[in-house]
Amino acid sequence: MASASLPEQVLKHLFSFLTSDKDRNCVSLVCKLWYEVERRCRRSVFIGNCYAVTPDIMIRRFPQLTSLTLKGKPHFADFNLVPDGWGAYVDPWIAAMSQSYPFCLEEIRLKRMVVTDESLELISTSFHNFKVLILLSCEGFTTDGLAAIAANCRNLRELDLGESEVEDLSSDWLSHFPDGCTSLVSLNISCLGSEINFSDLERLITCSPNLKTLRLSQAVPLEKLPDLLCRAPQLVEFGTGAYSSEVQSDVFSNLEEAFSGCKKLEGLSGFWDVTPAYLPAVYPVCSRLTSLNLSYATIQNPDLNKLISRCHNLQRLWVLDYIEDTGLQALAASCKDLQELRVFPSDPFGPEPNVSLTEQGLVAVSDGCPKLQTVLYFCRQMTNAALVTIARNRPNMICFRLCILEPRSPDYLTLEPLDAGFGAIVEQCKELRRLSLSGLLTDRIFEYIGAHAKKLEMLSVAFVGDSDLGLHHVLSGCESLRKLEIRDCPFGDKALLANAAKLETMRSLWMSSCSVSFGACELLSQKMPRLNIEVIDENGPPDTQSESCPVEKLYIYRTVAGPRFDMPGFVRIMNQDAAH
Amino acid sequence: MEMAGTELRLGLPGTDSSSSSASKITNKRPSSDMINSNDDEPAPKAQVVGWPPVRSYRKNVLQASYVKVSMDGAAYLRKINLNVYKSYPQLLKALDNMFKCSIGVYSEREGYNGCDYVATYEDKDGDWMLAGDVPWDMFINSCRRLRIMKGSEAKGLACL
Repeated sequence: MASASLPEQVLKHLFSFLTSDKDRNCVSLVCKLWYEVERRCRRSVFIGNCYAVTPDIMIRRFPQLTSLTLKGKPHFADFNLVPDGWGAYVDPWIAAMSQSYPFCLEEIRLKRMVVTDESLELISTSFHNFKVLILLSCEGFTTDGLAAIAANCRNLRELDLGESEVEDLSSDWLSHFPDGCTSLVSLNISCLGSEINFSDLERLITCSPNLKTLRLSQAVPLEKLPDLLCRAPQLVEFGTGAYSSEVQSDVFSNLEEAFSGCKKLEGLSGFWDVTPAYLPAVYPVCSRLTSLNLSYATIQNPDLNKLISRCHNLQRLWVLDYIEDTGLQALAASCKDLQELRVFPSDPFGPEPNVSLTEQGLVAVSDGCPKLQTVLYFCRQMTNAALVTIARNRPNMICFRLCILEPRSPDYLTLEPLDAGFGAIVEQCKELRRLSLSGLLTDRIFEYIGAHAKKLEMLSVAFVGDSDLGLHHVLSGCESLRKLEIRDCPFGDKALLANAAKLETMRSLWMSSCSVSFGACELLSQKMPRLNIEVIDENGPPDTQSESCPVEKLYIYRTVAGPRFDMPGFVRIMNQDAAH
Repeated sequence: MEMAGTELRLGLPGTDSSSSSASKITNKRPSSDMINSNDDEPAPKAQVVGWPPVRSYRKNVLQASYVKVSMDGAAYLRKINLNVYKSYPQLLKALDNMFKCSIGVYSEREGYNGCDYVATYEDKDGDWMLAGDVPWDMFINSCRRLRIMKGSEAKGLACL
C-alpha cells in the first residue's frame, strides 16, 4: 500500500540515495505517486537500445535529465555483420533534447551510434553546462564537429572518442579549445589517425591542471612523450602514441625520468609499434599499475614477460597472444590481483599457429589468479579437460568469452564436442552473466545452459548446435537473458515461434545465416505487436521473398516506439503495414 | 544464381564460391609452382565475413606497418605506413601527394577514373594484383609492397 503520508519532498530525498537505474525503475512501479515523484527527480537515464523508445517518450516522462546513455547498433556490428546505413542516428535525440534540456543536460554517452557534425555543433551550442561527451565505436562525424565541442563547451570535463571512426579533416581542431585554463579531466583521442598539432596539444595539457586521463593517438611520437608527461605528472591513466624510435640513450633517460615523475599513474595503454629497448622506461611505474593495455604492442617474450612480471598489482591486462603459454604462466605467478584478462590474436587469418598459445595458458591463469572473473581468450585449440579445470578453479567467473579460431573445432585430444567443458563452466560458475561459445558444440550444451545459467544475461553463439532444440533450451531456460546473438547456426522457426513471449522479456535477439523463414517472421510479428522484427537482406528487396525463404539477417527487439521509419531499403520491419 | 555459369571468376580449380552465403573465397590465380608445392602447404582459407570476431581497427594494427612503394620512372622508392589509412581513397590521396601525380584504383563503376597511373601491389603469395578489387581490410592483410605503374601498361589487366 502506498505511503500516502510521506510528502513528496521526503520521497525525493529518499530516492536521491538510489543511484542504480534498476532500483529507480523498481521504485517507480510501486504506485502512481512514487512513479510521479521518481520521474521528476530522475537525473540519469540509460537506454540500451535507441529504438526501444523515442526521444519524446523519454522527455515526457523525465522532464529534467543531467545524463543520457544511448546504445545503437547491435553488438555484431563490430564485426561488419550490420550493413552500413542500418540506422542508429543520434540526431533526432540531440534535436529533441536541445529544446527540452538546455539547462540541465550535462552528459551524453553513446555507443555504436551514427553522430554527425551538425549534432556535435548542436550539442556544443544548446547545453549551457555541457561537461561529458563519450563516443564509443561511433561514426559519421569529422574533426570539424570536435572543433565545435572544443570551442563552445566551456565547462567540458570529459571528451572520449573511444574507438570511433572519425574523419580527420584538419589537425587544428585542438586549437579551438579556449585560451586559459580548461576544466578537462579526461581526454581520449587515441582513435584519430592524422597528424596532431603538437603546440596545441602541449598548450592544452599545460592548461588542464585537472587532467587525470590522457590517451594520445598514434601520431604522437615517442620523442614527444617526456615533454607531455612533465606537463601532466598528475595523470592517473595514460595512453602513449607510437612507442618507437631509434634507440638513443638521452631520449630513453628523459622518458624514464618523465615516467618516474608520474606518481599517480595506475593505467597504461597505447603502445603501437613498440621498440622493445624503450619498454624499461616504464619500469618505474609498473608496481603501481592496475590496468595495462598492450593489445596493440607487437612485442614478444622475454621483453613482454619482463614488463608484466613487474606489475604485481595488475587487475586488468589486455595483450596479444605473443604472450604465449609461458608468459601466461609467469602472469599467474606475479599478478595475484588479476581480475580481467583479454588475449587477442596476432594473426587471426593465418592458417597455422604463429605462437605457442594454447588452452594451457588459460588454465594456468585460472589456477594462479583467484580473483579472475572476466576472460576474453582467442586460441586455436581447446579440450574439455581444460574447461572443466578452469570451471573448478574459478567458480567466481562472471564473463567468459572463448574464441577458438577455427569454427567447429572439437576437443583436440579426444575429438569430442566441447559440450562437457562449456557445460562445466555454466554449472560451476553460478554468477556467470556473459558467455561466448565456440568450437564444436551440439544441442547438449544448450541443454546445460538452459538448466544452469540462471544469471546469464548475454550469450553469443557462432557455428554451433544441431537443431531448433538448442535455441529452445536457451529461450525457455535462461531466466535472466537480455541479449542473444547468433550466427551460422541451424536454428529456425519452431524454437522462435514457441518462445515468442520470451522475446519481449529481452532487449534484443540477433540471428544471421540461420534457418528462420520469412513466413515465420510474419507470423511472429502478428503474434507480438510490441516487437520490432527487422529483416535485413542485402541480396535483394525483401518484398521478393517467398514465405519459406530463409532470411539473411534478423534483428528482433522490444519497443514501445512502434516501427521505425529511418531504415534503408535493405531493412524491412515486419507488420508495419498490417491492418489491425 | 543462373548467372553463375557465365561469370568469369578467379579461383582454384574445383572451388565453388557459392558454398555458403557467409563465406567469400579469396580470388587468387593458382600459383605456377602449385604442382611442385609440398603437401604441408595448407590450401588458401576461405575468409568468412566477421570471423574471427576481431574488430577492424584491431586487425589493421597487426600487419607489417610499412610497405615499400615504387613508381615507374622514379629513381628512389618510398615507404608508407598502411595502417594510417582506412580506405582506398585515403591511400590514393596520400600517394598522389607523395608522387605528385594522379593515381587511380580500378573500380567496376568508373574504370580508372581518368588517372595517369594505377596502383598495383604484391601480395603475401608473391602475386602482383590490381589494387581495389578486394575489401580494404583484406587488402591491408595481404599487401607486401606497392607499385605505381603507368595506366597504359595496366589497361590490359582491366579487361575482365
